[in-house]
Amino acid sequence: MVKVLACGLLMMSAASCVQVKEYQKNKLNDAEMALSNRKVEKNELNFQSYREAASGANAGKTGGGCGCN
Amino acid sequence: MKKIYLSVLGFSLLCRINGYAQTKSDTALNKPTPSLYEPIHIEGDPPVYNPRALRVDEVNFVTSYYTQNGNHSAVTGGIGTEHVTDFANALTLNLVWGDAATRKNTLAFGLGVDHHSSASAAFVSKTGASKTGGSRVYPSLDWTTENAQKGTSFGIGSYYSGEYNYRSLGADLHFSLKTHDRSGEFTAKFQGYFDHVTLIYPSEFIPQPTVTTTTVTTVTTASGRTISGSSGGEDGKANIPSSPRNTYTASFGYSQIINSRLQVALLGDVVTQNGFLSLPFHRVYFKGGKDTIERLPSSRFKLPVGFRLNYFAGDNVIIRSYYRYYTDDWGTHANTANLEVAYKLSPFFSLSPFYRFYTQTAAKYFAPYEQNLPSQQYFTSNYEYAQFNSSFFGIGARIVPVGGVFGWQSLHDLEIRYGHYSQTTGLSSDVVSFSFGFK
Repeated sequence: MVKVLACGLLMMSAASCVQVKEYQKNKLNDAEMALSNRKVEKNELNFQSYREAASGANAGKTGGGCGCN
Repeated sequence: MKKIYLSVLGFSLLCRINGYAQTKSDTALNKPTPSLYEPIHIEGDPPVYNPRALRVDEVNFVTSYYTQNGNHSAVTGGIGTEHVTDFANALTLNLVWGDAATRKNTLAFGLGVDHHSSASAAFVSKTGASKTGGSRVYPSLDWTTENAQKGTSFGIGSYYSGEYNYRSLGADLHFSLKTHDRSGEFTAKFQGYFDHVTLIYPSEFIPQPTVTTTTVTTVTTASGRTISGSSGGEDGKANIPSSPRNTYTASFGYSQIINSRLQVALLGDVVTQNGFLSLPFHRVYFKGGKDTIERLPSSRFKLPVGFRLNYFAGDNVIIRSYYRYYTDDWGTHANTANLEVAYKLSPFFSLSPFYRFYTQTAAKYFAPYEQNLPSQQYFTSNYEYAQFNSSFFGIGARIVPVGGVFGWQSLHDLEIRYGHYSQTTGLSSDVVSFSFGFK
């Protein structure tokens, strides 16, 4: 887990971030580029939380709220 | 020559007249400077649209049909049918008010209604006579206030979920903060679920009352807890008692724009649960054939960490990727990798094939049918805690036409998605979902 965290932080810090102006964000603002689950995935995430032991870190359920674990 | 002079004179006169054409009846010079956020109001027009007024911003409806088959049901101790169907529907309504330039408020109402049937539920009763269907209703309410100038937001949310054997109440606090240059954003959410598991046991394990009066029945649960339930109803039957299950989650996220085509996010949750974490109608068969009910510890600590990376390649291709590492103190470690490639056939239509791979190690309390020992403190034959790999693949389509879907202006976007899921335990499922976005 520590390795994953370290890798993630390393990738983010190592990547040369560029100042992106508002008018240059047309691609970033595309709905498909959203850093979140699609709305249509909502129920898929639910059934995965019932069938698999792992959950969370995806803005979905982390346990509780349903008969799943 | 005279004609040329007269033509030039006439043309210049005409220009002169046109130059004053707007100034006689209109007082444009006296008007305030137009603002991006303030609508221009012309005298005599109907009352102006006021962006501060409460208005419906967006309505979303998601509906899914899920069907599953397998042969390792936890109700029958790790053997037996796992056939399930689920028809899930969720509606969200976003109301917005306030000034978009400074403070914007969003009130989100949600309502979900699911109806499922589970073949194995029939065997909660030894004879297979229990009911196999049920419904779940889960409303939610969330309020968020956003300060665009400061780049901050704050909100609170509440949830309820009710089904015949489970009730849940939840609440959360959430906030976000953008970096000075608006290229990064930190988010945090603190959430609590306060649930009650109804203690529905397999018919052969229905606890006999140890103390019975006319009003109180005390039973001993699988985990050894003693619970009192009040008698009720005219028929004198005792209400089925329930046991609490609490879940507390702290979620953190940081997203960063790397360049005009690439953005990433790091996500992490810290989750702690306590209470009745097993399900009372899950059987376990020990070596030798004697059966009992699942018994799991009364606390669990989970730590999932995820990473998202989205990249816009060329003009038509968007790569959406996700990775998650998960660990908990029941001995399960899991890795999840998801890759989706959205291809824009036009600015208004895209196709998105996806593939998800998942692998997990078994929890230390899991053993298959007739493999657990009576000497163990905790045991389960629920294949959710088994070691397995799973694959989930399929395709999605997104339609966002300018004039609305099917020419209906209000129907802003439509998403359709199909996926096939299979586990190495033999479980397989199919799910088809539709999402309708109204503006």
